Amino acid sequence: MHKYILRRLLLLIPVILGVTFLVFTIMYFTPGDPAKLILGESAQPAQVEALREEMGLNDPFIVQYVRFITKALTGDFGRSYSTNRPVFDEVFARFPATLKLTAAAMLIAIAIGIPVGIISATKQYSALDSISMIGALIGVSMPVFWLGLMLILVFSVNLRLLPSSGSETIKHLILPAFSLGVGSAAIITRMTRSSMLEVIRQDYIRTARSKGVAEKKVVNKHALKNALIPVVTVVGLQFGGLLGGAVLTESVFSWPGVGRLMVDAIRQKDSPMVLASVVFISVTFSFVNLLVDLLYAFIDPRIKSQYR
Amino acid sequence: MSDKAVQKNTSKKKKGQWSEVWRRLRRNKMAMLGLTIISIFILLALFADVIADYDEVAIKMNTSIRLQGPSKDHILGTDELGRDIFARIIHGARVSLQVGIIAVGIAIIIGGTLGAIAGFYGGKFDNIIMRAMDIFLAIPSILLAIAIVSALGTSMLNLMIAVGISSIPSYARIVRASVLSIKDQEYIEAARAIGAKDTRIILKHIIPNSLAPIIVQGTLGVASAILSTAGLSFIGLGIQKPAPEWGAMLSSGKDFIRQSWHVTTFPGIAIMLTILSLNLLGDGLRDALDPRLKQ
Repeated sequence: MHKYILRRLLLLIPVILGVTFLVFTIMYFTPGDPAKLILGESAQPAQVEALREEMGLNDPFIVQYVRFITKALTGDFGRSYSTNRPVFDEVFARFPATLKLTAAAMLIAIAIGIPVGIISATKQYSALDSISMIGALIGVSMPVFWLGLMLILVFSVNLRLLPSSGSETIKHLILPAFSLGVGSAAIITRMTRSSMLEVIRQDYIRTARSKGVAEKKVVNKHALKNALIPVVTVVGLQFGGLLGGAVLTESVFSWPGVGRLMVDAIRQKDSPMVLASVVFISVTFSFVNLLVDLLYAFIDPRIKSQYR
Repeated sequence: MSDKAVQKNTSKKKKGQWSEVWRRLRRNKMAMLGLTIISIFILLALFADVIADYDEVAIKMNTSIRLQGPSKDHILGTDELGRDIFARIIHGARVSLQVGIIAVGIAIIIGGTLGAIAGFYGGKFDNIIMRAMDIFLAIPSILLAIAIVSALGTSMLNLMIAVGISSIPSYARIVRASVLSIKDQEYIEAARAIGAKDTRIILKHIIPNSLAPIIVQGTLGVASAILSTAGLSFIGLGIQKPAPEWGAMLSSGKDFIRQSWHVTTFPGIAIMLTILSLNLLGDGLRDALDPRLKQ
């Protein structure tokens, strides 16, 4: 198992290097001269040229990339073109807000998705099942930012129950987390249901029933444990979607996370900030995927035994 | 078996396969509902100019009737600049469907080719291509699209490219998987034995036989491409004003959410119905194309 974890961790290195290379390349070709951007419109061409030389912008692409990556390894992602502060510090300062939003959305998604999926599967073809499946269908079809707007319309504008922007209290978290989580809740519901339906037809469930185990115990212990294995993967995959969706949700609710930082940075053509945000979110995403895979190996004895 | 069915079987085999798929799809009520809704949107998009003039109704400002609720003249109301929301939604359908379909087309062509090469030749090719895809997959697709659009600049074509590129990996994976399952079949060996070249084998045998998963993923992919497009426009990186685009309409309506509910409600419903119908159709196609479910 240790070997497996180590191997997976090592495999992350080329992926992260690749991500930085890809995003660096995209940013490299972004139009606009950073030196001009920093000095402002009124700068003299000589001044701009001097700054370009100083920033190393005249060096060949590959030299610039190698310099970027060696600095990035020490946590130095450069300075923001607009605030002149180290971008890593700014991204890092905003990261807890994004993590909080994403984690809350994930919790909501799991808290809705798994129970509804189980009920749907155990009462297949009932009215309850139809309602939750239609709900799940609508849930996956709603754009996260629109759901956010609709929640604001109902709970902030009409009912005046919850705030529509800000992040001071737990009350501020409810609407953004809910609008971000609904899509994943729908996907988790569908996955739990189909996985549960598959497991319920297995022989060992019939055995458990025929030896007189209470139905509740059959569902909760025998079926659920096995049905949840594929659900874990889906939950992990959803995390990436949530990190991406957070960018949009943060824009709707003025949530002070990395997503909004990035959107603002794009408007100001602040490439180091955009680069650092994308790399930061992608690295987090990769680590979460790794954790999910490890958890998967941990809870599924069939996989675990392969790596003993 | 009726005469008709016998006749059908003796006619061209390919046609028979597709009419069989259609017959199975037709029995799926939800899929037909999806097909109906998406057809209505496609028709509205095609005849948008006939229903409402682009320049006069969808673009021209008329501040004397701004933010009016739904009425007989404007069935979905007017927006903050007095433009008819229904007209903007149907012209927006044109944009969304075009971007969605072309983006998926780009993704299928590039991703499919990469996946076919990886699966067919294996070894080094497979390794390099699939590791590159892993890197793409490590970046949440909307973030990748955002980064690409911000580099290319905002235009409809760039939006298609950005959304298309960011969904390449899923098609590469699907095509690779189906090529892997097909390439060792006996009919491929037979084709090779009679001296068919690789390109011919790929084009004539492998691609037609791996179409089913691509069609399903493509249908669902158009839905997610439309969602991404709307998301990008919502944060100001997509279609630029004053062109009607669903995400952009929501973005500008957002500032008036306290005065009028309808400005942010209807464009969102349009997005939701489109996505919903494509999802229903995609799920239906998956079942209809699955030979294991054949009765």
